[in-house]
Amino acid sequence: MCYALDYVLKSITYPMNEILAAVAEAGRMIAQFDAAVVDIVLLSLRVSLTAVLFASLIGLPLGAVIAVGWFPGRRVSIVLLNALMGLPPVVVGLFVYLMLSRAGPLGQFGILFTPAAMIVAQTILIAPIVAALSRQVIEDAWQEYREQLCSLGAGPARSALTLLWDTRFSLVTIVLAGFGRAAAEVGAVIIVGGNIDGVTRVMTTAIALETSKGDLPLALGLGIILITLVLTLNAAAYWVKESAQRRYG
Amino acid sequence: MLPLVLEQVSFVAGGKLIVDRVSMEIVEGPRTVILGPNGAGKSVLMRLCHGLLAPTSGTIAWRGAVNGRLRQAMVFQRPVMLRRSAVANIAYGLKLNGVSPRERELRARDVLEAVGLAGIADRPARVLSGGEQQRLALARAWALGPEVLFLDEPTANLDPRASRDIETLIGQIRAGGTKIVMTTHNLGQAKRLGDEILFLNEGRLVERTSVDRFFTQPASAEAEAFIRGELPWN
Amino acid sequence: MELNRRRLLGMVFSALALAAASSALAQKFITVSSTTSTENSGLFKHILPMFEKKTGIEVRVVALGTGQALDTARRGDVDVVFVHAKTAEEKFVGEGYGVKRYPVMYNDFVLVGPKSDPAKVAGGKDITAALKKIRASSAPFVSRGDKSGTHMAEIRLWKAAGIDIAASKGRWYRELGQGMGASLNTASSMNGYILTDRGTWISFKNRDDLKIVVEGDKRLFNQYGVILVNPAKHKHVKKDLGQAFIDWVVSPEGQQAIAGYRIGGEQLFFPNTGHEGA
Repeated sequence: MCYALDYVLKSITYPMNEILAAVAEAGRMIAQFDAAVVDIVLLSLRVSLTAVLFASLIGLPLGAVIAVGWFPGRRVSIVLLNALMGLPPVVVGLFVYLMLSRAGPLGQFGILFTPAAMIVAQTILIAPIVAALSRQVIEDAWQEYREQLCSLGAGPARSALTLLWDTRFSLVTIVLAGFGRAAAEVGAVIIVGGNIDGVTRVMTTAIALETSKGDLPLALGLGIILITLVLTLNAAAYWVKESAQRRYG
Repeated sequence: MLPLVLEQVSFVAGGKLIVDRVSMEIVEGPRTVILGPNGAGKSVLMRLCHGLLAPTSGTIAWRGAVNGRLRQAMVFQRPVMLRRSAVANIAYGLKLNGVSPRERELRARDVLEAVGLAGIADRPARVLSGGEQQRLALARAWALGPEVLFLDEPTANLDPRASRDIETLIGQIRAGGTKIVMTTHNLGQAKRLGDEILFLNEGRLVERTSVDRFFTQPASAEAEAFIRGELPWN
Repeated sequence: MELNRRRLLGMVFSALALAAASSALAQKFITVSSTTSTENSGLFKHILPMFEKKTGIEVRVVALGTGQALDTARRGDVDVVFVHAKTAEEKFVGEGYGVKRYPVMYNDFVLVGPKSDPAKVAGGKDITAALKKIRASSAPFVSRGDKSGTHMAEIRLWKAAGIDIAASKGRWYRELGQGMGASLNTASSMNGYILTDRGTWISFKNRDDLKIVVEGDKRLFNQYGVILVNPAKHKHVKKDLGQAFIDWVVSPEGQQAIAGYRIGGEQLFFPNTGHEGA
C-alpha cells in the first residue's frame, strides 16, 4: 500500500518538476521575445503555412474532381488517396531528399537544405490529407446537390467549383487539420532541411535538438510555445468560421 | 421544344423494373398531372422526362423546334439551396444560362418581387423556412423562362398555407405560357391544378384522360381502386 | 460573390510571390556537413561568426552522423566535410570525392558511469582495463550503435581490450542507434556506463547520477579533419568559398578561435593542424 502511494506520488512530482521548469522556460522565452525563438517560430509558420497553401491549391480541386467525376479507376484513386493520408513523414523526407540531392534527378535546383525543400516535403505530406478529406465532404454534399445542379444545367467542372464554395466551412476545418499535421511533424523537415541553425531550424526540429542535448526544460518550453501557437491559430479560425456560418447558414 | 415523345421507355435499377414500356406524348397546352400510388414510378418518370436519368431502353426526344438551349426547369420535393443569399441563388441559375451579371441581378430581384420574397432577397437562402425555400425554388426555375416546368410533389412537405401559396404561383407561371407537368398524391390538388391526368401503376401508364373524366368515369380498375383509396396514396 | 472570389485569388497570388521572394536572398554561403556531437558542443556557434565577420561568407552546418555526413558529401549536397573519422576520411579522399584532408583539432572521449560504479572502474587511467572490468561484471553499458565516429571509436576500444563485442554482448550491452545526447539520456535513466565525447558531456544537462569515471588515456583522443568536396566530381561545389573556410580553420587565427572555445572554463578542442600523423 505504501509502495503504491509512493509510486503515485513520484509519478506526479517528478514530471511536475520538469513541467514546471518547462513552463518557466517558455514564459521567459515569450516575455523576452528571445530572438532565436522568434526566428524559429516565424520560420515554422512560414514553412507550414506555405505548404498548406500549396497543398490546398492541389488538394481541394483534386478532391472536388474525384468527388464529382466519373472515370475508370475512380474507386482505386479514392482508396489510394485515403491511404496516402498515412504517409510517414520520415519516408516523405527521405524520398524528397533523394529527389533533391545533387546526385538525384532534381539536384540542379540546389534547394536541398533550404526552407524551399521543407515546403516541398510538407506539401507532399499534406496534399493527400486535404484531397482525401475534401473528397469525402464534397461527395456527401454532392448527394444532396446533384439533381438540382444538373437540373440547372451545371456541368461537372462548374458543379465541382460550386460545391467547393458551398462546403467552404467544412473545408476550412480540413485545411486547419492539414496545417496542424505540418506544424507538428519533424521527420520530413529534419531530413530535407538539415536543421541548420538560423536557416532551416523550425520548432519541431529545435525541440528534437534540445532533447538530444539533454536540455529537457528548454525542449518542453519550445513544445509549449508550439502547442500554444497551433491552439491560437485554431481558435482564431474557428471564431471566423462561426461568425461567417451564422451569417450564411 | 414540345412535344416530348416517349417511345417504349423502360427504366431498370437495382434489378427492379421501375418504369415499364411507357409510350406517351407531352404536348403544349394542358396542365399535365401524373398520378399514381406509392412506388408507381412517378418520380422516376419525371426525371426521365427532364433528362436527369437515361432510359434503360426506349427513346425520349423533344420533337419540336429547338433554338438554342432546351429551356426546361424542375422543382423538387425538397428544395436545394446554395449557401448564399436568395437573390444569389437565382442569379446562379441565370449565370449558367449565359445571362450578363447586370441583367442577372435585375431579373433575379424582379422574380423575387413577383413571388413575394422581395423582403428576404439578401438573406441566406438556407435559413429560410420550408415554404419560403420552395417559393424561392419556383422563382429560380421561373427566372430561367422555361418552356416546360416539371414539379415533383412540390407541396408534399409544406403546411396548407404554404401549399396554397405554391399553387397560386404555379398558376401565375402557367399564365405566362409555361407548360406545367406535375406529380402529386393529393387528389384535391390534382383536381385544382390539372387539366389532364396520366395515371401510373407499377411502372405502366394505365390511363390517360381529362381530369373530369378520370375522377367521374375512370376507365381502369386500378384507377377506380386508387380514387376510392384502396391503393396506397403516396 | 464575384468580388469575394477575385479578392481570394489576389491574396493567394500575393502570398505565393511573398514566399518565393523571401527565399531569394543573395548572400554568399557554403554548406558544411559535420557531426551532431560537434554541433551540440557549441563550437560552431563560437567560431563561425568570426569567420563570417572576416570574410562575409555564411557557413551553414548540417549536423548528421559521421556516416551520413560523408555520404551526403559523396552525393555533392555539401561543399565541405568536417568530421572525426580519420580512416573513413582518408578513404573518402582516396576514392576521389574529396580534394585533400587537413587535420584541424582533437577532442577526447571520456568514460562516464553511475556514481555507484558497480564495475569499480572510477579513477582509472586505462580505458581497456576499465572495459574489461565492465564486461566481467556485466554492468549496464550503453552504446550509440549508429555507426557514428563515436560508435566506431567505442568498437575499436573494445577490440583493443581484446573483446569481440559483437560476439560477447549480453543483455548488459544496450545498442540504441541514436545520437550522443539521446544515448546519454538513456544512460542516465538506467544508470549505465557510456563512452561520450567531452564536449557533449560538458553541455549535457540531464546528468542525474552520472559522472566521469575514466579519462586521459591517449587512446581516447578523437582527431578531426576538414575536406573540400571534389569539384571535379561535382561541378557546382563552391570551391573558392569552401577553400577559404578551410584555409581559415587551419590558419593561426582559426586555430586560436578553436582553442578559445570554453565551457565552464574548460577547453574542449585542441587545435593540431600541422602535427605529424594527425
